[in-house]
Amino acid sequence: MTNAGDNGNALIQVENLQVFFPITAGLFQRRVGEVRAVDDITFEIRKGETLGLVGESGCGKSTTGRALIRLREATGGSVRFDGTDLTQLSTRELRRLRRRMQIIFQDPYSSLNPRMTVGSIISEPIETHNLAANKQAKMQRVRELLALVGLNPNYTNRYPHEFSGGQRQRIGIARALAVEPEFIVCDEPISALDVSIQAQVLNLLIELREQFGLTYLFIAHDLSVVRHISDRVGVMYLGKLVELGPPTAIYETPGHPYTRALLSAVPIPDPKAERRRKRVILTGDVPSPANPPSGCRFHTRCWLYEQLGRPENCRTEDPELRVVATDHRAACHYAEEALQSDVGVAHIAGEQPQRRAFGTGVGVAPVAPVAATAVAEPPPADGDGQSTKTG
Amino acid sequence: MTVTDDQGQAPGSPALTELPEDVEIATEEGKRLASLLQDSERHARKLLEVKNLSTHFFTADGTVHAVDDVSFELDYGETLGLVGESGCGKSVTALSLTRLVPDPPGKIVAGEILFDGVNVMKLSSNEMRLLRGKRIGFIFQDPMTSLNPTLTVGYQITESARIHMGLSRKAADDRAAELLSKVGIPRAKDRMRDYPHQFSGGMRQRVMIAIALACDPMLLLADEPTTALDVTIQAQILELIRSLSEEFGTAVILITHDLGIAAGMCNRVNVMYAGRIVETGKVDDLFEKPQMPYAWGLLDSLPRLDEIKGERLRTIEGLPPDLIDPGAECRFSPRCPYARDVCREGEPELSERAEAGHLARCFGTEPGGWIQ
Repeated sequence: MTNAGDNGNALIQVENLQVFFPITAGLFQRRVGEVRAVDDITFEIRKGETLGLVGESGCGKSTTGRALIRLREATGGSVRFDGTDLTQLSTRELRRLRRRMQIIFQDPYSSLNPRMTVGSIISEPIETHNLAANKQAKMQRVRELLALVGLNPNYTNRYPHEFSGGQRQRIGIARALAVEPEFIVCDEPISALDVSIQAQVLNLLIELREQFGLTYLFIAHDLSVVRHISDRVGVMYLGKLVELGPPTAIYETPGHPYTRALLSAVPIPDPKAERRRKRVILTGDVPSPANPPSGCRFHTRCWLYEQLGRPENCRTEDPELRVVATDHRAACHYAEEALQSDVGVAHIAGEQPQRRAFGTGVGVAPVAPVAATAVAEPPPADGDGQSTKTG
Repeated sequence: MTVTDDQGQAPGSPALTELPEDVEIATEEGKRLASLLQDSERHARKLLEVKNLSTHFFTADGTVHAVDDVSFELDYGETLGLVGESGCGKSVTALSLTRLVPDPPGKIVAGEILFDGVNVMKLSSNEMRLLRGKRIGFIFQDPMTSLNPTLTVGYQITESARIHMGLSRKAADDRAAELLSKVGIPRAKDRMRDYPHQFSGGMRQRVMIAIALACDPMLLLADEPTTALDVTIQAQILELIRSLSEEFGTAVILITHDLGIAAGMCNRVNVMYAGRIVETGKVDDLFEKPQMPYAWGLLDSLPRLDEIKGERLRTIEGLPPDLIDPGAECRFSPRCPYARDVCREGEPELSERAEAGHLARCFGTEPGGWIQ
């Protein structure tokens, strides 16, 4: 799946992107300051790759995702989609291009209109972009999409509340796929789901990516999930991209002290691995993005800064995202020292955790589990699908 | 409530043995509780024994068997994990222990709960309040909704100390400031006058912990204490719970859906599924070789931080059963790839496995079973 090529292969090029939100006060909503949600970040997403974006709440990862498909207006910088600068497009031109990019939201409960049937939710984008010749073709397409995401194609007349969280997220995915996009922003697509359902939806996203050659921006706070799905990973802190590289680099030899702190905070479902790790627990909270610290934004919580005797340039100079190894960039004045550290990394070099493969082996033919996602149910009974008249 | 202005009370050494005067000790069991609270000796061998606890919810759609015949024990100072997915009954179990299940629609329909030998089910509601206040501390998931937004945090911490320990305002304030700095809130004395909205999520959870510890509890019930928090803040809070429980010898019941948190924090773990405990054991045994396919499948479905991107994740297909009519079969059998006819005919009991204290509810992994 890795299409790691050079920049010529980039589907999306983000240059010096800034997104600020005004802080207003008083009767006349006077502008008194701004929240620098995304502050000068540059990266690219290559065709067919999945770029994972991790960071804590308020770091700007969701705002970045939205700015990439212009659901948020950029304050500065540019976003090029397949060579076209989105920030310069008119609404009409943008709408045409929007067909090629979609978003899947975190909360499957609030991102689906409760008054619309599943059929009309999924067919809405098909109508907007005139993708079906007639009603029959449209409904046929909706049924195909439902089957594609593992739902019963007969469910077009049902309402969102009749589905579980995992099934609703599948509906959201079907809606995103309806316009045959090339690029999908997945904004925390599985964090609201129960553990055993998360893996199902994650597998679905990976299958669809392979089937349609999709490019993903996968935004999540769960670093384990991001490692599993991503070809490259970006780490954000307070509106800045602080590290970018392939998963092996980010998870095994991170070059930014924040990445190491983040890794060491992630619990591993293995008591032995938990005891073995060298942890660093960050003190304090993330500072306000309305008033970020001077110099390196992480220096107020940085363990390496303390270890190195509080060097002055951390307080005065904002470090650039620079190359520290092949395809691996980090924004730290002391990235070389960070690379040498063993803090936070859960790995033992060359070792993989042993898994007992669930559901396999034992010489017993596994019985078919009850199909709760109902893919295996009989083909559409007449009458069921036809009554979808909404939308 | 009587608040004596006893200036002689040294801060930091609260009168643990004093009982508040307004609580009437009515029942026989209450007298045992009172004597228990007045001396800090350990009475029973176990801090907590839960026997055959069943809590049902009587709804318009039918009776929901939220917790069904659950038994477990907890030692002094031990950290026990209750893990499972939403709706498995882990939170209702914790609420039942303190008889806080909303009634109606909920009701503890059967079972016995012994807290340090005192039968909790027999206490009057006043006596129950005494037990909760003095011996059991709570930390809930959402610190935003579980703190009162109209009262200062100082008041909220001192409230229980004043009621349950009979401390004067001054002594209680000193104790609150001490607790706040203990849970890592800088400038504790000044921040006592602040309201919850003036604290960040992580800081609010620290305030919750200070409130929970205010009366020096023997048991801390932490219900998803870090689910609403970011991962670096989660690490801070978990470390705080760990160090405080060690320092004070407080036992902890940690309710979580995150198997990683359970692996790092707990001595023992109970895995719950559909209102039942389906596996229990020492944390190392359970994570190394889970004996119930549900626990195993859950562990195998998790992507791991220390694992190079592997193959497709294995999943547990389907959804948990409806608890209105769970049926007589093994409740996991409809989703279990190993299920055989015997699993659909009757439900297995929790039975011993190779390691001491490792029990599972599965025919397939019993000695001579078909799952290796």
